[in-house]
Amino acid sequence: MEAGRSGVNDLVIRFANVNGTGSASANNMFAKAVFRMGIPVSPKNIFPSNIQGLPTWYEVRISEKGYLGRREGIDIMVAVNPQSLARDIEVLEPGGYLVYDNSKDLPPELRRTDVHLIGIPMIQMCIEHFPEARIQQLMKNVVYVGVMSALLDIEVDVLKQLIREQFGEKEKLIALNDKALMMGRNYALEHFSCPTAFRLERRDLVGDQIMIDGNTATAIGAVYGGATVAAWYPITPSTSVMDAFAAYCEEYRREEKSDKKKYAIVQAEDELASIGVVIGAAWNGARAFTATSGPGISLMSEFIGLAYFAEIPAVLVNVQRGGPSTGMPTRTQQADLLSSAYASHGDTKHVLLFPSTPAECFDMTAQAFDLADRLQTPVFVMTDLDLGMNDHLSAPLTWDDQRTYDRGKVLSTEELEDIQDWGRYLDVDGDGIPYRTLPGSHPSKGAYFTRGTSKDEYARYTEFGEAYVRNVDRLLVKWKTAATLVPGPIKLNQKNQSDIGMMYFGTTGHAAREAMDLLGQDHLSIDGMRIRSFPFTREVEAFIQEHEYVFVVEQNRDAQLRTMLIQELDISSKKLISVLNYNGLPITADFISRQIREHWPVAVSQ
Amino acid sequence: MTYLRPTFRHPELPKNILGYTRKDYEGAISTLCAGCGHDSISGAIVQACWEMSIEPHKVAKLSGIGCSSKTPTYFLSNAHGFNTVHGRMPSVATGANMANRSLTYLGVSGDGDSASIGMGQFVHAIRRNLNVVYILMNNGCYGLTKGQDSATADVGSKSKSGSENKFATIDLASLAIELGATFVARSFSGDKNQLVPLVKAALAHGGFAFLDVVSPCVTFNNNFGSTKSYSYVREHNHAASNIDFVPPAETISVDYPENTARELELHGGNKIVLHKLPTEWDPLDRISALNRLHQARRTGEIVTGLLFIEPESQDLHATLDTVQEPLNQLGEKDLCPGSKKLEGINASYR
Repeated sequence: MEAGRSGVNDLVIRFANVNGTGSASANNMFAKAVFRMGIPVSPKNIFPSNIQGLPTWYEVRISEKGYLGRREGIDIMVAVNPQSLARDIEVLEPGGYLVYDNSKDLPPELRRTDVHLIGIPMIQMCIEHFPEARIQQLMKNVVYVGVMSALLDIEVDVLKQLIREQFGEKEKLIALNDKALMMGRNYALEHFSCPTAFRLERRDLVGDQIMIDGNTATAIGAVYGGATVAAWYPITPSTSVMDAFAAYCEEYRREEKSDKKKYAIVQAEDELASIGVVIGAAWNGARAFTATSGPGISLMSEFIGLAYFAEIPAVLVNVQRGGPSTGMPTRTQQADLLSSAYASHGDTKHVLLFPSTPAECFDMTAQAFDLADRLQTPVFVMTDLDLGMNDHLSAPLTWDDQRTYDRGKVLSTEELEDIQDWGRYLDVDGDGIPYRTLPGSHPSKGAYFTRGTSKDEYARYTEFGEAYVRNVDRLLVKWKTAATLVPGPIKLNQKNQSDIGMMYFGTTGHAAREAMDLLGQDHLSIDGMRIRSFPFTREVEAFIQEHEYVFVVEQNRDAQLRTMLIQELDISSKKLISVLNYNGLPITADFISRQIREHWPVAVSQ
Repeated sequence: MTYLRPTFRHPELPKNILGYTRKDYEGAISTLCAGCGHDSISGAIVQACWEMSIEPHKVAKLSGIGCSSKTPTYFLSNAHGFNTVHGRMPSVATGANMANRSLTYLGVSGDGDSASIGMGQFVHAIRRNLNVVYILMNNGCYGLTKGQDSATADVGSKSKSGSENKFATIDLASLAIELGATFVARSFSGDKNQLVPLVKAALAHGGFAFLDVVSPCVTFNNNFGSTKSYSYVREHNHAASNIDFVPPAETISVDYPENTARELELHGGNKIVLHKLPTEWDPLDRISALNRLHQARRTGEIVTGLLFIEPESQDLHATLDTVQEPLNQLGEKDLCPGSKKLEGINASYR
């Protein structure tokens, strides 16, 4: 057999399971154990739109160098799903390890001679040692974690601690899981040479980082950002945002004296109603948000135009998935940029924020409420399924207790009392942002009729073209103000080192940084910039100007970010070269570096 | 086109207990067609709010799209109003109500708005028992787009051009009762004596109060053969249950003939007296109210009055168990758990 890859703390392992069989908690335990051993780890769920019975995969990348994007090539396959077995064996790298259940013999046609076969009688052992079918099924998952602990040299105490944390006081369950774990571990130790060519060693590389999914971090951001009204309609992959928001509100948002709730969550009849509730609440001065995915944004589009034109704050979390239509509801994409940025009819543009990590999901969600209030307009937090639903290593969430909410230009009763000339759509400060009032503020001042139809500076209905033009032009002034308030891009090198640049955003971040290292090995030097918002800030334009060519890396087919850059910054399309991944799986560094090598502009001196 | 009313007030106009005259409850001059039923309903809203001494600026007016939805500019000019999108007023009202439970919410909609494009939102606002007065200005046609039949047009009703509506009608009052609405009334824009007390009772109700007000469209649906014309409605109106509204501070002063009146206590100590007590059904019994409406459909009567009421009900705030203080008045101290708690949250993810 050819020697395959090997190494310490550097591998990709894929667990091939049947969904609905309890594999998720065993797989999580595996990833968490690696994390607890201080080694950077990045797990990804690749799951079907189904409750029970279809193939599901859990892919874990372990990287001493801290590369957390997906990597191509699978070193170890834990293949416990007969349905997908043939394909799972096929995709394994030569020299890799196939861990499978040999309670039944592997069909001869599936036996590969260029991989290591680790047959473990998983279900047979479980039938011998555990009483009922459901428990046998569940314990089989723990058995393979035990096997992996032997093959990779995972500290068994770490795993046992995780079991204790999961089951708390339930001693019987702890004993059951411990037994399954040790059964798998001991079988592997007795029958195979352990550890294998791949193994883990404890490190101190994760520091104070946490392991959390983006949707949970987003929800915590909404709690900290002061959201009190949330409305939603269930849609994968955004549903867990509201689940987590409800759970954290339940814990932190109870009034002490009455135990009543300082929040209202409305599960609406559809996405149209969800955004309607958000707009109604925000019009009335509450911080309100919804979480949805691409199809939901489409349904909300009419209302989004109203909020833009009537100037009502709203926060929308768009956890993007593969479209169009139902597309690939359980796969990831960044394909809603255009439909969110220009959502609705007529001339509209909306503020978008692009978090790349859970910590940024937290920060940007909290910030989105400030921006929406300050700018009196809808603000979109654009995450995706990969960021939202997978656990990620992330900087811890932080909050400055001195921080106050920026509620924007809202006139109080006292201010209204003193004011002489107030117009809801009057640009007093020259930043395009008018002053608003809330219902019930004053007996005789500040009331107005909010509407989607054109109006003058005093909110009076008018169809005069001049007044209409003044109003929509003021919205462009406001748009320029927005560009000074949104989070700017992050440059990888402070000083440019190359004539070639690369731009990317959101979950492409990890893979893009790794791709730059890969290209560097070939002496291809490239400058990187991660875009964090729309409208684009001045640094974005400068970066493009400073480079001869810029690769724009996106996870969609139509190069949506590139379209927006060309459109909004008046950039020659020849300058921007697309790198596009849209197969529904998170983008890899291998893919990016391959594409960039292929399209490396010949004219540029290296 | 905006008309402003003169601000002159006669010093001896009667005032309510807050010291406001009826004029303080008015809005801009209507731009609807002369004789539009909707203007009478706006007048009834002004009258009811003034008589009830509701502070005008403590009302939030919400509407969808259509002729009906323009009316919030014609009453309560010191109240904030929101002309939303077609058929979606209920969701915006839901959000507004969640943000501040201390205001009175008045939703205005039309038959196109509620029985067609916004049917889903209408239904779900009822399901949640949102505390809102929902006034349907029902003219059986689309006025702003020049008179197409709406979903509340009766089968066989003739339009101005003489064509007959061939599709089954949607009776939103029956539907509301069926769905569990806690206050359902029907009235006629031409019967102010019946309408004003119904609006007052609806304002006092502590949940979803639905008022289906037949309101003829003088321009497109007031012709012979239309079942929503003034003359047809006058002829077929069966005002079967009239009410008097009695605010908490007042005692019932009228002597009703024995066995013809029934007193009901509403939310907040208000009372209504059902006089001319319906003999054909019991407004406290959902099934009997529904039966009566089905019967009326067969005979072609338009039964008006308080059709059904469940005086004590749990509104959406009660169901969601929210705090008494309006959510839009809570600040960082109430809402942000702070950095210490966040450290604990971080620790749970290690």
